[in-house]
Amino acid sequence: MDFKRTNYSSGAPLEEKVGYSRVVKVGPYVFVGGTTAVQPDGSVYGENDAYAQTKYILEKMIKCLEQAGAKREEVVRVKAYATDMSRAKEIGDAYAEFFKDIKPLFTMVGIAALNRPTQVVEIEIDAIIGSIKEVKKMTKVIRINPAQNQVVSEEFKDEYRLLGGRALTARIVADEVDPRCSALGVGNKVILAPGLLSGTKAPSSGRLSIGGKSPLTGTIKESNVGGTAGHKLARLGYKAIIIEGDTSDKTFVITISKKGILLLEAPELAEQGNYQTTQILRTKYGEKATIISIGPAGERGYTAASIAVTDMDGNPSRHAARGGLGAVLGSKGIKAIVIIDEASVLTTSDDFNQAAKKLAEALTKNPVSGQALPALGTAVLVNMVNESGALPTRNFRYGRFDNAAAISGEQLAETAAQRGGKCGHACMPGCVIRCSNVYVNAEGRHITSGLEYETIVMLGSNCGIADLDFIAEMDRFCDDFGLDTIETGCTIGVAMEAGIIPFGSTDGMLDLTRQIAEGTALGKILGQGAAVAGKVLGVERVPVVKGQGIPAYDPRAIKGNGVTYATSPMGADHTCGNALGHPAVNPISPEGQVQVSAELQTVCAAIDATGLCLFICFALGENPGQNLGYVADMISSLYDVCWQGNNVIGLGQQTLAIERRFNRDAGFTSAHDRLPEFFYKEPLKPHNTVFDVPEEEIKKAFP
Amino acid sequence: MNVTIKLFATLRNGRFKIAERKYPEGTTVAEIVDGLAIPRQEIASILVNGLMASYQQELRDKDTLVLFPPLGGG
Repeated sequence: MDFKRTNYSSGAPLEEKVGYSRVVKVGPYVFVGGTTAVQPDGSVYGENDAYAQTKYILEKMIKCLEQAGAKREEVVRVKAYATDMSRAKEIGDAYAEFFKDIKPLFTMVGIAALNRPTQVVEIEIDAIIGSIKEVKKMTKVIRINPAQNQVVSEEFKDEYRLLGGRALTARIVADEVDPRCSALGVGNKVILAPGLLSGTKAPSSGRLSIGGKSPLTGTIKESNVGGTAGHKLARLGYKAIIIEGDTSDKTFVITISKKGILLLEAPELAEQGNYQTTQILRTKYGEKATIISIGPAGERGYTAASIAVTDMDGNPSRHAARGGLGAVLGSKGIKAIVIIDEASVLTTSDDFNQAAKKLAEALTKNPVSGQALPALGTAVLVNMVNESGALPTRNFRYGRFDNAAAISGEQLAETAAQRGGKCGHACMPGCVIRCSNVYVNAEGRHITSGLEYETIVMLGSNCGIADLDFIAEMDRFCDDFGLDTIETGCTIGVAMEAGIIPFGSTDGMLDLTRQIAEGTALGKILGQGAAVAGKVLGVERVPVVKGQGIPAYDPRAIKGNGVTYATSPMGADHTCGNALGHPAVNPISPEGQVQVSAELQTVCAAIDATGLCLFICFALGENPGQNLGYVADMISSLYDVCWQGNNVIGLGQQTLAIERRFNRDAGFTSAHDRLPEFFYKEPLKPHNTVFDVPEEEIKKAFP
Repeated sequence: MNVTIKLFATLRNGRFKIAERKYPEGTTVAEIVDGLAIPRQEIASILVNGLMASYQQELRDKDTLVLFPPLGGG
């Protein structure tokens, strides 16, 4: 052990005359001598004020500690000598401001007198360098079996240590769910997992992954959501929450607080919309509570059902929407999960904080994540995709919509500015990109939050609608009822194709959504998504892959996305590999698309494991070595490993391999890696292209 | 020849949304962009009649030139 001794002097003449030090350090031990509230000019700070003197003294002493190389977090003992013990509370209050979360020993005694009459407290501090208390991490896995009324906490398996987000949900689903199980039956599970970096001060790191087997596609599914849940669950120490067991007709609420997890029956919430549900629960548990909930869609087992998470305004505007996991929660009787308490941000080292800062800088400097998205939101893509001739219009009949300008991001931003809505709105705490928005009507009343590109196109041009106010109302309906807006847009497009209502009919759409809400025979069919609706209504042109509705990029004009739709383990999904604007390919040429899609799918799967928002991909594309390096640095620091960028990518490869294996065992083959026939046969205007990426090339890359 | 130019997103700032201009036959995309004083690093997407185009492409009468700043791209 190192016994090297260092005396630190403050230069006061008495120290030399009498022979004492300010601070003595021996090896890792640092002792700070009795300190009063004397200022450099010799006068007493905060005369007779116990609280003020204590604060002043502690600030001074922490600086002394730092001079000697110790930190506030490394203090092990604080001794306070007070001339008047009736002031103990004031001294204690000031002490708590510095040490409440560190909990050193704290002794406070009354003494006859200090050096000067106006001094009321003197303090000594001992610290040990390297003694930082155990770093708070995500360690708990909770299993909840609502039908059996069981809540069990366990330590996570060692093999799961370096998994988070989608990597973790995929692994747990693969380990615990029979690929052939009925998705709404006893064998399926819902896994909620924050990402590897969630809960820290890494920028834009609060995403939550929700996984299971999808009742819509029958494949493995992960759906990723912003909002306030990811950070909170991570900071409370949860690595994963697994909801499993028998189906149940009851209506349960799970509450999560610092004390633990409770499972409560809440029949009064049955069939309530997400807005009403979150209001009731926030009234009961506090305005700051985070609510994860399903709407009536999930309760009724509609396979287009989403899972809502409240944003920082308390609105249920963020959704883990794709693939119907809301219906799986509903099948087990879970209506809502309330996160009542907040815990402090996870402790991170200087190395971590440096990398986090650099990544944040890269994100703000990048023109997409730093300018275009905060200014205009994801809706900024409407005009670009439209001009490229790939905007789904009237059930994927055309690639250009006459009134695209009316539903564009530019229009959205203008409308928000005029009416007092918002752009540059963060969907989760700590986001530096802030691409979300708040949409208000002409009277300034809140209609919906997070009106995204996909929603605007699938419920807009895909249905022949050019009215942004109306689309906002539809978005609110979907958010409230708990439906995936992309799936709903595809489904209504199919209903329009079937002639149930005309394209472009807002009255017609209102009627269909009313029917979905009421649960009429047609409504029930529409709630099951585009594939089912198409089959029942006898429509040939149904835009789905593996049963999931195709998002807002026509694969005939953005062929890279066509490859992604066909081959992603998730079914038709854009977030797992969006090739829009990729510099290496021409979107209407079949060349190079397979490679681009394969690379993107790997990177996206990797990002999905970290809890970082997918939109860090722009910074990654700009300077992969550097920016992916920051992600690797943060993971290395937090998990005590030595990772480079390629280890992060490795997470993505691992995850995809697990997902594809699950799907194979569930009965999927390469024959399912196909788009609907009309995309191969029907040329899309204006460019008159079909999807012609060679099947052999796709099979080779995705065996 | 007549060329329609459309600008989107942040490229509109201080400029225009849509304009019809006259140019000599064979004017290239580069010449038009530079003539509008749009710094090249601000442009990520060039479409002529909806198709990807390069700075060297020569425009023809009634063409539509569309310019986007970085908006997407893996």
